[in-house]
Amino acid sequence: MIPVEFDYVKVTSIEQALAALKSGGEDSKIISGGQSLLPVLRLRMAEPSVLVDCGGIDEMLGVRDDGDSITIGAATTHHGVMSNPLVQKHALLLAQATATVADPAIRHRGTTGGALAHADPAGDIPAAALALDTSFVIAGPGGRRTVAAKDFFLDYFTTAVGPDEILVSFSIPKCDWGSNYSKFNRTAQAWAIVGVAAVVNVQGGVIKEARIGLTNMAPTAVRASTVEAALVGAASPADITAAAMHAADGTRATSDLHAKADYREHLARVITARAVRAASGI
Amino acid sequence: MTAALETDTALGKPIRRKEDAHLLHGQTNWTDNIQLPGTVHMAILRSPMAHAKITKLDVSGALKQPGVVAAYGAKELGDLNGGVPCVWPVTDDIKMPAFPALAIDKVRQVGDCVAVVLATSVAAAVDALDSIVVSYDQLPAVTDMEAALESGSALVHDEIETNACYVYKMPCGDYEASRAKADVVVARRFINQRLIPTFMEPRSVVAAPMGMSDEITIWSSTQIPHVLRVLLALVTGIPENNLRVVAPDVGGGFGGKLQCYREEILVTNLAKKLGRPVKWTETRSENMVATHHGRDQIQDIEIAATKDGKILGLKVTLLANMGAYLQIITPGVPLLGMFMYPAIYKMDSYDFTCTGVFTNKTPTDAYRGAGRPESTYAIERIVDELAAEIGMEPMELRKKNWIKHEEFPFTTVAGLTYDTGNYEAATEKALAMFDYDGLRAEQAQRRAAGDPVQLGIGISTFTEMCGLAPSRTLGALKYVAGGWEHCTVRALPTGKIEVVTGTSPHGQGHETAWSQIASSILGVPVEDIEVIHSDTGRAPYGMDTYGSRSLAVGGQAIKAASERLVEKARVIAAHQLECSASDLEFVNGSFQVKGDPSKSQALGAVAFEAFTAHNLPPGVEPTLQAEATIDPEDFSYPHGTHLAALEVDTETGQVKLRKYVCVDDVGMQVNPMIVEGQVHGGVAQGIAQALFEGAEYDDDGNLLTASLADYLIPSAADLPSFETGSTVTPSTTHPLGTKGVGEAGAIASTPAIINGIVDALRHLGVTDVAMPASPQTVWRTIQAAKGGAK
Ligand SMILES: Cc1cc2nc3c(=O)[nH]c(=O)nc-3n(C[C@H](O)[C@H](O)[C@H](O)COP(=O)(O)OP(=O)(O)OC[C@H]3O[C@@H](n4cnc5c(N)ncnc54)[C@H](O)[C@@H]3O)c2cc1C
Repeated sequence: MIPVEFDYVKVTSIEQALAALKSGGEDSKIISGGQSLLPVLRLRMAEPSVLVDCGGIDEMLGVRDDGDSITIGAATTHHGVMSNPLVQKHALLLAQATATVADPAIRHRGTTGGALAHADPAGDIPAAALALDTSFVIAGPGGRRTVAAKDFFLDYFTTAVGPDEILVSFSIPKCDWGSNYSKFNRTAQAWAIVGVAAVVNVQGGVIKEARIGLTNMAPTAVRASTVEAALVGAASPADITAAAMHAADGTRATSDLHAKADYREHLARVITARAVRAASGI
Repeated sequence: MTAALETDTALGKPIRRKEDAHLLHGQTNWTDNIQLPGTVHMAILRSPMAHAKITKLDVSGALKQPGVVAAYGAKELGDLNGGVPCVWPVTDDIKMPAFPALAIDKVRQVGDCVAVVLATSVAAAVDALDSIVVSYDQLPAVTDMEAALESGSALVHDEIETNACYVYKMPCGDYEASRAKADVVVARRFINQRLIPTFMEPRSVVAAPMGMSDEITIWSSTQIPHVLRVLLALVTGIPENNLRVVAPDVGGGFGGKLQCYREEILVTNLAKKLGRPVKWTETRSENMVATHHGRDQIQDIEIAATKDGKILGLKVTLLANMGAYLQIITPGVPLLGMFMYPAIYKMDSYDFTCTGVFTNKTPTDAYRGAGRPESTYAIERIVDELAAEIGMEPMELRKKNWIKHEEFPFTTVAGLTYDTGNYEAATEKALAMFDYDGLRAEQAQRRAAGDPVQLGIGISTFTEMCGLAPSRTLGALKYVAGGWEHCTVRALPTGKIEVVTGTSPHGQGHETAWSQIASSILGVPVEDIEVIHSDTGRAPYGMDTYGSRSLAVGGQAIKAASERLVEKARVIAAHQLECSASDLEFVNGSFQVKGDPSKSQALGAVAFEAFTAHNLPPGVEPTLQAEATIDPEDFSYPHGTHLAALEVDTETGQVKLRKYVCVDDVGMQVNPMIVEGQVHGGVAQGIAQALFEGAEYDDDGNLLTASLADYLIPSAADLPSFETGSTVTPSTTHPLGTKGVGEAGAIASTPAIINGIVDALRHLGVTDVAMPASPQTVWRTIQAAKGGAK
């Protein structure tokens, strides 16, 4: 299909971007890689009057080392993120999750920040961002604010980023724990039926701490907190399997063509055990 | 260039495809690339409902939009509203409801065309659709075939008072007697799910009045330019001699472009009415609902046998989903399968009944294999179930019942005579490539260990009927066209050769293979041969490409025309060399006097003599060309043995294909590399039916799998490397010894996969798994078996 007519503005600073968003009124939208937005426009499910392209804002591009954390510009492509040495060293889980997104062509266009702002419950990035305790820098008419991961994802396709705001960057505390992103899908390029993002701190063969994010088990990515608690002290595959039995606790799995809710819950348990075992080496 | 002659032109060489360079370098000319001055673009308002009365339709608002040239509903279109043709009325009392291009008063499928807008840009046309006022009064949708046949069901077509399109019966022998004699009767219901052809290039059509004459040229992304020309002439009333149909580069078809679509009719009629070029290209969203679908049969199959595994008889009762309307061969597709349920097996009786059923879904029609994948699936599945029932190794059961190589030609219970085949040889070779015994040992080990990942081995020993088709046979089946093919071969004055074929390639590699055939007869290098096709102006005669017919039938015509050309050239050469024609031998493209090789004349030189005509023998006409139109003696019956090893994760239901071995016997191979490519693509498509693809509807008749995010097409990343091999048992009914290969892989592979999954899980009590065998389906099947449920 063909989108309705819209204006396109490419900006080079956050200030310009905010001004462009404001002048376009309610109908204006940021376009980043366009990999989620353009399909929506082509199906005429959204009819924005102005698209503001932030791909030319230096601050929103690339990855920098901030000491205890790394900061990733929201307009950095999936490919740029997953192949970045800082990400691979300090936030391997993000690279692992990103590598499962779609295919190389899409990963060279689509951006990690776009994926986070889009907040598709089946998207792979939000669960990893949750497990990595990411914090988000949002710029708006009233200045900048920082939002913690737990407060960022609000509902289906809804985040703390307001319609007149921009996600500038996100920061991840450096994490050298074992990590794994296990995506369960039907074909190599398909969306996740369920995805599990796990980082696990193992000492002397015993799990000290684990953080687990789940993809597509609720209207937003969620933490599997009951599993996380049950994993403390786990030292065997049986311990991990037992803890993972709680993976669907508190989730709100939905039914679709590929999975009814009960099957999705079952998968969450199986895949969580597998992801934690792979991350922990136990 | 010419140095390549000796090695490269012989038949049977895996030479690289001539057509690939332009495909790979972006030099293709797709229909949508055609931009003619003054073009108007058509956009279509489609029904969002499966079944509804149109209570109001007003297109006048669209006319006021910028760039809009015209807008039509059925009323405004009047006489130009088509009548989409069906050319296969399979029974005398078949119900054939009208199929107008734009729906009149009622819509019967999501995607039905309701109105069209024509504008100076695609965007303007699409935007203006919003200004059309339409209201619907929703009616209950007919979506379930069995419910559709119950009295009191809503009717897809009120005027025919039933949803049954036809009932076709073919009793062969006395099945009841076989059943009475049998120790074992195994019955199953298989659902051969609906598939969407999903070729890469969406449909596109441009029609343009050519100005200087009354000719209208139609460029369409079609498999059948020749058949389309005839049908468009009949439907539109435009004289056939004023229509030229061209299929430019066509990006796949798989049967989905074997059609005379409503959009092709609309574009042609509107180009004539408006007097300017009209263009329409479908979006992928339109493609999913408006391009015909394939398969969609409920198959009740029953096999009767002795307890030591001798098959006695087979009974097949089908419900075949026609969808909302009959398209070009919608009713006939199940009949192409009808002959093939007995497959490679000997038996005394076979009873076939098929009921065609109308529903409020997209019409079905040919899709790679058309009827034969369905029959092969059912017979190869039930043979495995019979083997399990009597406790026999499934390959042993097959061996016990198949036609032995020394028994060919063999007339089957369904009345076909298979010319040649060697199931033993293909099977032996496949088993050796597969490591059958090693895999069976691993399977036993995993079972004993209770491994969460179980191993399954799936077998499919298929044959199929292709190379459509002897015209007399088609006539007897009430198909209203023939199955011949035409070729003209021309030797041009400069020595170049034109092979004019009536086949219409859309990915198959005809330009290369046809050149190889002509080259081998004419002794001219492949590079000097140009294959002209897919344009009724340049290649006027032909029956196009489908049903694995192009080589099997068209290849014969190339051979015959090339040989006739050599015979004409021989007479001219003899005159020039002052000897008698019988004193000449034709070697490497040159006529030589026997015993005196110094006296010779090359074919190119003969062509020049034929052009100047200064010194031709008496009675011989100038120019060097010959033609042949060949009606095949019989169908072609390729066969093969396909073996799959797959791992089933019993915790998630995920199936992972580990190894796929196939040995196909497609007779003589003109180009083994092209054969391998056809097998690969076909196998992948058949695996896709088994594991990934399935068109799903809700109860209101909405297509749920309406995008490629939901309708899953596997890519190379989802499939293992196929290990292909072949045996060569030449056909005796086809002069080149060739058989068809275009559909073989897609016909063979589906049951191999499902047999493999059931084989992996049979010890858990699983006796069947529905297609596509998605992880959820497999997991639920295991759960049901565990719970003791069937
Ligand atoms: C075929 C296909 C398959 C895919 N498969 C997967 C998959 O398996 N897993 C997966 O996770 N994703 C998948 N994706 C989505 C992909 O990850 C997208 O790249 C991503 O969701 C969006 O990033 P983008 O840069 O393209 O954003 P856009 O499409 O440009 O924008 C998406 C939304 O976010 C908003 N937005 C973007 N940037 C900002 C910003 N800086 N501030 C505020 N709002 C912003 C936009 O306004 C828009 O609403 C797939 C996409 C396609 C086309």
